[in-house]
Amino acid sequence: MDLVLLFFIFVLAAFLGLELISKVPSQLHTPLMSGSNAISGITIVGALVATGVNETGTVGMVLGFLALVFATVNVVGGYMVTDRMLQMFKKKDK
Amino acid sequence: MSFDSIINLAYVISAILFVFGIKMLGSAETARRGNMISGVGMLIAVVVTLLNKGMSYDWIVSGLIVGTLVGGIAARVVKMTSMPELVALFNGFGGLASLLVAWAELEKVRGIGWQAYSIEMGTSSYFSSFVIYLAMLIGGITFTGSLYAYGKLSGRLSGQAKVFPGQKGINALMLIAVLVVGVLFAWNGDLGTANKLFLSGVVLALIFGVMGVMPIGGGDMPVVISLLNSFSGLAASAAGFVIANNVLIVAGCLVGASGLILTAIMCKAMNRSLGHVLFSGFGATSQSEGDGDDREPKSMSVQDAYYVLEAASSVVFIPGYGMAVAQAQHAVKELGELLEENGADVNFAIHPVAGRMPGHMNVLLAEADVSYDQLVEMDNINPVMPTVDVAVVIGANDVVNPAASQDESSPIYGMPIIEAHNAKTVFILKRGQGKGFSGLVNKLFVMDNSRMIYGDAKATISELVNELKG
Repeated sequence: MDLVLLFFIFVLAAFLGLELISKVPSQLHTPLMSGSNAISGITIVGALVATGVNETGTVGMVLGFLALVFATVNVVGGYMVTDRMLQMFKKKDK
Repeated sequence: MSFDSIINLAYVISAILFVFGIKMLGSAETARRGNMISGVGMLIAVVVTLLNKGMSYDWIVSGLIVGTLVGGIAARVVKMTSMPELVALFNGFGGLASLLVAWAELEKVRGIGWQAYSIEMGTSSYFSSFVIYLAMLIGGITFTGSLYAYGKLSGRLSGQAKVFPGQKGINALMLIAVLVVGVLFAWNGDLGTANKLFLSGVVLALIFGVMGVMPIGGGDMPVVISLLNSFSGLAASAAGFVIANNVLIVAGCLVGASGLILTAIMCKAMNRSLGHVLFSGFGATSQSEGDGDDREPKSMSVQDAYYVLEAASSVVFIPGYGMAVAQAQHAVKELGELLEENGADVNFAIHPVAGRMPGHMNVLLAEADVSYDQLVEMDNINPVMPTVDVAVVIGANDVVNPAASQDESSPIYGMPIIEAHNAKTVFILKRGQGKGFSGLVNKLFVMDNSRMIYGDAKATISELVNELKG
């Protein structure tokens, strides 16, 4: 893929990210952090490719497998823990 | 349309769902749905990746199962009070995964050679080795930095900032070494040498992560955690450049940006620059005490405190890290309810950096089932503080130190605080006469309207609860 294009995408995503969350109420800081942390587990896609495509050799596959395990922990744990937290944020009916 | 295009299209949908998910995480009403939407995005990305041609699933299935079990169980059983360290740990795992992905890619290069690899990827070998090194570096720093932060947060390691002579020099040397090894690695055509350079780079990155977090003390943890969060995203983004995958680049970059914003918010809440937080070793050295104010703090019994609280028509609780340590959030909530029944107006004033992670106090109070409209941000509580009858400070210190707004010589001068000293009466629940994270003497404690209630915060509050019930 064209390098410049990849870089272009990166820059646009950076600005988008900065715009998206410029104002977040402090009560949501923790869920935002753990929720975005779960998204950073997207590296799982790279891990899947490294594990599944056999041209990487044995060492590469082992590395890919480990990457997959850690990325999966990050993704599954991250989303579940965020959900558990957000579930608690309730407005009491009075 | 080719199969590859369909996969890429699905990645675009994933990216869009991430964008919406993050956006919705920014508002209390939509946050939970936002998290689910971003989860769906992740699921789509994983599923379409599995559809890639030439995938063998043997190892993938077991990897997914192991990871899901570990992550799922950890997420379910962890106590809410342990949330900061769990987030740090997950964050570290994300960084490690990116490091490993980069490493696996180098193995692939070693298998087929630079020439074939460059043709397959359509990039120059210089670029590929640069991004491989970058993903490894950021991932490695994120990994050990987060692990070290995990140790500090969970109490397995001392939360104190560790500084030693020559620390900055050593860190600067390490930074240079990391960069030099990186340049050599990218410039080196011979794969055997490149591999050795890469491995030295891994070692350096891992040490660098530890060294970076070492001089940062417990009270500055919210900044570090946010920054490491940002790094884990950038590591994923760099890994995206390695395998030329858009969804990694976009999602990683979104996380990098959001983490950076959170970092900036935390720094602003302490009126310190990021550089000062990272490099100054704040809190490691004890500050001078000679401010000419030798008034003794006045203490008060729980019984007397009860009479004051019973007569109060407006009460504000100001929690800090001490509330988390004492696990007092449930007792505090009960006390708040009883005071409300007694006719008082009850609120909780939350400082942005109270606790050890951004939003730490909000999570604890939410766990105790406190309604979130009772949690008031600093800027909204300060104007009404003079009308408050009793401000109850529970295990908070620096964030209520009036020196920050009054004493220009104070190291924390300029830091926005919750102006508890403006309340008619201030109760300070504290275990002893110890100082806060900054090591500063807190002038609030000796003010005329302040009363110290010594003892374990949870025990004190439980006693107050019993008094009110009785």
